Amino acid sequence: MAETVDSTPCGALIIGGSAGSLDVLLEIFPALRKDIGFPIVLVVHRKASNESLLTDLLKSRTILAVGEAEEKEFLSPGKVFIAPADYHMLIEEDQSISLDYSEKVNYSRPSIDVTFQSAAEVFREKLVCILLSGSNADGVEGLKSVNNFGGRVVIQNPNTARMPYMPQQAVLNVEPHVILDSHDMADYINKLNG
Amino acid sequence: MISDAIDNEQVEILLNDVLESHGYDFLEYSHASIKRRIIRLYGLDNFVSFAEFRYTVKTDKQYFKRFLEEITVNVTEMFRDPSFYKSLRNDVLPVLGTYPFIRIWVAGCSTGEEAYSLAIVLKELNLLNKSLIYATDINPSVLDKAKKGMFPLNYLKQYSENYLQSGGLKDFSAYYTANYSLAKFDESLNSKMIFSTHNLVSDHSFNEFQLILCRNVLIYFDKDLQHKVFNLFDGSIEKLGYLALGSKESLEFWPKAKEYKRVKMEKIWRKL
Repeated sequence: MAETVDSTPCGALIIGGSAGSLDVLLEIFPALRKDIGFPIVLVVHRKASNESLLTDLLKSRTILAVGEAEEKEFLSPGKVFIAPADYHMLIEEDQSISLDYSEKVNYSRPSIDVTFQSAAEVFREKLVCILLSGSNADGVEGLKSVNNFGGRVVIQNPNTARMPYMPQQAVLNVEPHVILDSHDMADYINKLNG
Repeated sequence: MISDAIDNEQVEILLNDVLESHGYDFLEYSHASIKRRIIRLYGLDNFVSFAEFRYTVKTDKQYFKRFLEEITVNVTEMFRDPSFYKSLRNDVLPVLGTYPFIRIWVAGCSTGEEAYSLAIVLKELNLLNKSLIYATDINPSVLDKAKKGMFPLNYLKQYSENYLQSGGLKDFSAYYTANYSLAKFDESLNSKMIFSTHNLVSDHSFNEFQLILCRNVLIYFDKDLQHKVFNLFDGSIEKLGYLALGSKESLEFWPKAKEYKRVKMEKIWRKL
């Protein structure tokens, strides 16, 4: 299944995850090649107070540059941008980052929907979005937008997700480009063209 | 929410209408955020076409009030980022306490939670009686709420935790009385507040302050507008006064940033 060869260039990869997604991220990141030709954006639900924990964890597991996203910062290839706890993160037309402290969406801030939706229109067919394990339905509306603008929707196989509800909702409501087991994710990402 | 209900060109048209018909300039706001707010409102209010939405926003004064309130982000909380308030309490306000009189501007105060938090710290440092807090916002309806000092009771548990983490000295419940679903804050706190509309985009400096708090407002502005607002603040802060920003905001790329010195690890800068 992970052998889907895809020649459309990837302008940005966005990974959304909630409960149970950390294990998958910790499996993916050590296996990523160092010359990734596109930016990777992470939107992960977590408590507002554990601010740098996720960043620190990932930093120790990858050779890619990892940082918490700064407002107005430009996305750049080969870098990992983590949506800060307690802010929504949006992508502007010029591929810079906007942060937003508006109402929670799906009880979440950052919300995966918000980032997927804003990036969908900017990157169109060059956007790849992966939705991982989680126990609410955040991400589903965002994936619909990604589909509408011609981007690629990748969903973690709910059977391999610690919390299958989120990927399940996505599979039920959105036509995925591909459904992947967690251990096939890194390989899929490594094969995307920058 | 249908995320592609309104396109970029329509956002531009709408914001130009708003400027022309109502005098509010949102053209230099961060585009992705304001677009999302517009699409959200369009969906919330069940408009069926952009033309209808545009016409209503342009001509219906009553609706425009709602537009203004919904298009701007008014989410705030008391003692948000406890370590920030700890630094105000320990590093900034004691210095200002040596002045005969303290003038503070809370710019973009929304419904007032930060102004009341600040007043509580000032009170505990015995400085409230010689302080004046100017709390301003672009939005008249949030100021009406701020003046009342009543906040939803179900948030108070979180606020109380924040307060304690920020170095609060008292029982937080001593500052309010519960009234049905609302907590009404002590009137001694807002007796030292002046509420007024002020638009950071178009209005000028109106006084000189020893401390300006403007937290999580500038994230909604584009870089040029951020720099204009920094200039406005620069013209409104006394020498050796302080500027406090939100946890993700920074003076970093502003040309005059080198005339300011960062206070410890917090987003607080002192004018040199």
